Amino acid sequence: MLEIRNLHVQIEDKKILDGLTLTVNDGEVAAIMGPNGSGKSTLSYVIAGKPDYEVLDGEILLDGENILEMEADARAAAGVFLAFQYPLEIPGVATMTFLKAAMNAQRKARGEDELATADFMKRVRAGAEKLGIPQDMLKRGLNVGFSGGEKKRMEILQMALLEPRFCILDETDSGLDIDALKIVSEGVNALKSPDRAFLVITHYQRLLNYIVPDTVHVMAHGKIVKTGGKELALELEANGYADYKTLAA
Amino acid sequence: MTDVTPIRTAAESAILSRFPEAKASLPGTPAVATLREQAFGRFVETGLPHRRVEKWKYTDLRSIMREAAPLAGAPSAADLAAAKVLLAALPDFGAANVTVVNGRFAPSLSDLGALPAGVTASDLGEALGSGHKLVVERLGRAASADDSALALNAAFMAGGAIVAVAAGVAVDRPIALRFVSVGTAAATYPRALIEIGTGASVTLIETHVSADGIAHQANGVVEIFAGDETKVEHVRINAHGDATVDVSSLGVVLGGKAELNSFNFVTNPAAARHQVFFRFAGEHSTGNVSGASLLKGKRHADTTLFVDHAVENCASRETFAHVLDDQATGVFQGMILVRDVAQKTDGKMMSRAVLLSDDATMNNKPELEIYADDVACGHGATVGALDEDLLFYLRARGLPKAEAEALMLAAFVGEALESIANETVRETLEGLVEAWLKAR
Ligand SMILES: Nc1ncnc2c1ncn2[C@@H]1O[C@H](COP(=O)(O)OP(=O)(O)OP(=O)(O)O)[C@@H](O)[C@H]1O
Ligand SMILES: [Mg+2]
Repeated sequence: MLEIRNLHVQIEDKKILDGLTLTVNDGEVAAIMGPNGSGKSTLSYVIAGKPDYEVLDGEILLDGENILEMEADARAAAGVFLAFQYPLEIPGVATMTFLKAAMNAQRKARGEDELATADFMKRVRAGAEKLGIPQDMLKRGLNVGFSGGEKKRMEILQMALLEPRFCILDETDSGLDIDALKIVSEGVNALKSPDRAFLVITHYQRLLNYIVPDTVHVMAHGKIVKTGGKELALELEANGYADYKTLAA
Repeated sequence: MTDVTPIRTAAESAILSRFPEAKASLPGTPAVATLREQAFGRFVETGLPHRRVEKWKYTDLRSIMREAAPLAGAPSAADLAAAKVLLAALPDFGAANVTVVNGRFAPSLSDLGALPAGVTASDLGEALGSGHKLVVERLGRAASADDSALALNAAFMAGGAIVAVAAGVAVDRPIALRFVSVGTAAATYPRALIEIGTGASVTLIETHVSADGIAHQANGVVEIFAGDETKVEHVRINAHGDATVDVSSLGVVLGGKAELNSFNFVTNPAAARHQVFFRFAGEHSTGNVSGASLLKGKRHADTTLFVDHAVENCASRETFAHVLDDQATGVFQGMILVRDVAQKTDGKMMSRAVLLSDDATMNNKPELEIYADDVACGHGATVGALDEDLLFYLRARGLPKAEAEALMLAAFVGEALESIANETVRETLEGLVEAWLKAR
């Protein structure tokens, strides 16, 4: 599904990703853990196509195709989705308007017909209900005045509606209360399928009790420094990152 | 004044030399003739406004109007037919129409027989000559500033419309005042006098239209006298052609316990200057003056406000949005004057601009002049590009650049449109914004 080879990225002359290599297979749930500032969000932005970053070297292949030259919207249409660590508020853009525009833009890019309004409404209602998002929230400006947890749920709703193939969840668990963590995890698990993969970035092992990873990667100083199974997360929870910080330096 | 003889531009010389002949055929009682002479005297003194005149700093009419287009004559049958075609392309507000073509009242393009109860409309040109009560009492009273563009209109006005709404009438249908310039490139000086009686409410749609590619020069003046306890929604749509230079002045005198919204929307003319003279004449009133300019190419749009809080306890809101692409220029000058008697004034003025190109320019000059001590007034101005992070967020969801920008710009302009209370009118303007964004 996704293959990252020897990725070097800098921003404003600051090197952030330093020869990162990572493979995520079809159907896999991969978790990335790592200290603050190690470059996890940067990696997710670079995969999604944020323009600020300078890619010095390396490749990101989605199903064998290098996506680095593609604009963010083309990557989205190709199936990349990033649930933001900090979802942005867009005043004046009604959530419903945004959802419809996004769904139809992707359909259009794939050569599919626009959704009929009734079909769209049905999908949104059903998705929102599953995630415990009240209908009146959908009428407000996108994320405007939403609580931290509400914003995270809205990200997952977007993911469910857009049906991406490669989903990046950047600290989706932070800001969620215990019940919401469960609801959101169920939402993610419901999307699991053999031709969809997840990259789950988190600081807490607890999320991984709900969204059980196939692999756990440790990231430090802009590269993957260790890869293991789900037990690696437990080990990190117990021992912290001290070993890896020195390892990467 | 100094004794230096001002150097006249070609346009100024042409205007100066045409007045003696023109005034002989322009309508008016001796009193109106005197008013014309005084106004023309003012123009002789000042010439066309230029950048060294503070209020015209960013809109130099001397350089924008290199030539003075000939004075428009009374519209021919062919002109009226052409006007009809242009009018048919305007958005439909389901309004009762009052139409002015080349500065003259055009009854054949007006719905005079079908005006809502309590509304009358008539020929201002005729009224100038007959000593009509409204002309005697009101003409020039809402827009009497010693501004040379206004003076030019007063000197050369050939006619226009009078609209009166009787006291206590809630007019159920919008009244559309439509100003058309047709024929070969010409100078028009249309004028309208609007009186809204005590307790009346009305929606006025003022549209200005001309064909693309013809260098008309329009200089219109609209005066609105809204009495006590009136509720007025005034939306002006500048749909002039892309070669037209449009100078417009709106004068408002608002009575007590009244509410008036005035919105100005500009997208197309080559250059537009809209000046608003707004006077609070009665207490406990609210005035909203707002607008949106969406400009591309080398277009230029200037909004200059003068809001006069002459009495206590009034609130004014000024909200302007500019979207500037290519080499377009936007200008916002806002002056809120709070006189010493105007305690408890609440005034807020905001001008925001989005620049979509490195070559676009926005000039903001909001000002407060406050002589009362118990007031709450503020102003702000912002200029910037669209937020890159927000754009990325939208694009990461699959929206192509143009669509993501359009969504954000519609939201940006929508904020200014919110001041329009009439939902149908607001939605029509949203449609115009959408069309502009799509054509970008
Ligand atoms: N625009 C920028 N300019 C300069 N440095 C930046 C910029 N963006 C990110 N960085 C730096 O890059 C490093 C990696 O940041 P990133 O957000 O990817 O970390 P992270 O692993 O996601 O951290 P956290 O766990 O706190 O979310 C940090 O040191 C950060 O300060
Ligand atoms: Mg992060």
